[in-house]
Amino acid sequence: MADKLPNTPKLDELEKGKWPSFVKEIKMAAKKSPMCADLLGQLEKSYTEKVGYWKHGGIVGVMGYGGGVIGRYSALPKEFPNVSHFHTMRVNQPAGWYYNTEALRKICDIWEKHGSGITNLHGSTGDLVLLGTRTEELEPIFDELQKINFDIGGSGSDVRTPSCCCGQSRCEWACYDTMAACHDFTMEYQDELHRPAFPYKFKFKFSGCPNDCVASIARSDMSLIGTWRDSIQQDDAEVKAYVDGGLDIEEDVISRCPGKCMAWDGKKLEIDNSFCRRCMHCINVMPKALRPGKDRGATILLGSKAPIVEGALLSSVLIPFIKMEAPYQELKDIIERIWDVWSEEGKNRERVGEFIQRVGMGNFLEAIEVEPVAEMVAHPRENPYIFYEEFFEEDDDEEGDKG
Amino acid sequence: MAEAMQERRTDYGPPHYEQFLPPVVKENYGKWKYHEIVKPGVMVHVSESGAELYTVRAASGRLISIDKIRMYCDLADKYCDGYVRFTSRHNIEFLTPKKENVDPLIKDLKDMGHPVGGIGNAISAIVHTQGWVHCHSAATDASGVVKAVMDDLIEYFEERKLPGKLRIALACCLNMCGAVHCSDIAILGIHRRPPRIDHANLKKVCEIPNLSASCPTAAIRPAEVEGHPSVEVLEEQCMFCANCYTVCPAMPLADPLNDGVSIWVGGKVSNARHEPMFSKLAIPFLPNNPPRWPEVTEAVRNLVELWAKNAKKYERMGEWIERIGWPKFFKMSGIEFEKVHIDDFKHAGLTFKRSTHLTF
Repeated sequence: MADKLPNTPKLDELEKGKWPSFVKEIKMAAKKSPMCADLLGQLEKSYTEKVGYWKHGGIVGVMGYGGGVIGRYSALPKEFPNVSHFHTMRVNQPAGWYYNTEALRKICDIWEKHGSGITNLHGSTGDLVLLGTRTEELEPIFDELQKINFDIGGSGSDVRTPSCCCGQSRCEWACYDTMAACHDFTMEYQDELHRPAFPYKFKFKFSGCPNDCVASIARSDMSLIGTWRDSIQQDDAEVKAYVDGGLDIEEDVISRCPGKCMAWDGKKLEIDNSFCRRCMHCINVMPKALRPGKDRGATILLGSKAPIVEGALLSSVLIPFIKMEAPYQELKDIIERIWDVWSEEGKNRERVGEFIQRVGMGNFLEAIEVEPVAEMVAHPRENPYIFYEEFFEEDDDEEGDKG
Repeated sequence: MAEAMQERRTDYGPPHYEQFLPPVVKENYGKWKYHEIVKPGVMVHVSESGAELYTVRAASGRLISIDKIRMYCDLADKYCDGYVRFTSRHNIEFLTPKKENVDPLIKDLKDMGHPVGGIGNAISAIVHTQGWVHCHSAATDASGVVKAVMDDLIEYFEERKLPGKLRIALACCLNMCGAVHCSDIAILGIHRRPPRIDHANLKKVCEIPNLSASCPTAAIRPAEVEGHPSVEVLEEQCMFCANCYTVCPAMPLADPLNDGVSIWVGGKVSNARHEPMFSKLAIPFLPNNPPRWPEVTEAVRNLVELWAKNAKKYERMGEWIERIGWPKFFKMSGIEFEKVHIDDFKHAGLTFKRSTHLTF
């Protein structure tokens, strides 16, 4: 089939160089799939004309699901008939992106039979993305995925496929079992994941420590970031071994500490843990000597998103510390109250972070029955335009107020 | 049909991860004690039990074919008892308790065209979006720009010679399917012209009230044009966000002459040292110049090397710039400061310099 590939001088240029080439990948798939040959043709045209040729997605899906498939059609179906349909299927990845080769090979076989043969491992949200198939193949693909126990992920105004770092499976810094929590929440919210019923998307990301390897603070409506309450575990002999090994502890560790809570007297490292901000820097630099404490859990933050519609947001603190133990009921109760309020009052395409900006964090907290605490703000308000809700009236007795 | 529906399962969720964990991971789950970076792209985790787990991280193109996945599987069968994992930045990781497997595995990966690296004070793979390969709203390609940039910066992936970590991300439009808004260097596809309205078809494919409501600056108003119920756009209020196009296909913005790439710097998501930060605008516009986007690759390399030369150890791009101040950054980088660098959206006032802390 290789002789049937279109002429693609611009794309061919991207087969050179040391970084893995996506053009080589598409060409590899084109040996088996005419879709990929036309994909190359259309992409070469984009490279020549400097514009994309995909149409807005149509509504396609599999029976019983409202999300998980992204409709995609070529704007040039006459020129590139084999990509006239080029739909994406999002397959919910196993927590932590671990696979065995048996499962991966089965997915490849399904995709060879029913699709383009190209994938994303993985999409930005975390799904295993099957890239490019026809409407009539969607049900057969789902049927085969079912047989190997892979379900589809989220899309549209629903819970998007949750993702997590590798957590305790490989990392000594994980302050809770991110993979267990991610899997638990994914299973708990299958209905919300597969049937869009919210004002807009809602993402969960589970990071085991404040290094936040899955970027949850920037990319998820609810960010669950591992932390600890007690003292950093410290091995003085290992600290000394780092220093003896050439670590400039004053410059590279102590001067970088945001809490300024460390001191080195030439022999022993003193940490005033009550002022430690749990930033991870010293632990990152000396993983053999320092470890997160033993009283571990997570900080829950809410509201991050990319710019569309009202501007980008980072998540902000909702719960300073919570133990992350199954069945996570206290947290799930709060999540459901958040969804109730947001679904009721949120505007179309308003993320929960934007909703909070609009109604005010104070009012939002009242509605979801969470007490305000100082950890939620970078600083208290600077403006005096306060919506006072408590005041005295003339006939109140000395102690009384109407609140 | 009804029978088929009854037999059909839904909502069974992803397979449980436990069946995909290598035995050494299962045995030492939650018991890891510390880790060390052995060499570029290789780390060893040591358990309380003394068990060791070697990780070899290799670059992947994100867009990969099933035959490549099968090749990965062959390597995983040969060296890792049939297990493999992927990272949040599209890298592939091979995990094995056998130290003697590391070097042959690296050789096989390199022979396959997959560089090993991206751990520690290095550039890890670029998180990116679909671009012209699959997206309807792309203002630039994604995979092609990433390929060109990483071909150029490969030494910083394969070696550990940077002061700290450097995270690059690319989004092909302002929807930002990748977390580019908090990256050390963000490459962002942008439009520069308002939507071209398809008045004849707009009413057939869009709901006008939803369309009006989608505009963050209220620039879209219902209007009858040439006898068609449609909308008008107050062009001076349009900031080319393409939010209208997301809800209405009759509002395309793509424009080969004016679409291009902007570069943003100084964001981070980690809490280490400085709190997480957004990326800020460095270069407002670079042209789409496929297949290798030379203006973009040069701009990114210059930024990487400027930071690498001047930052203190562990200082991320944003931490370095905050220490020296933005005026110095513009001076040192040679990037001209222009009107568009000054924010004019919500909370813009918070980004003005409100002190005399200036360097000269």
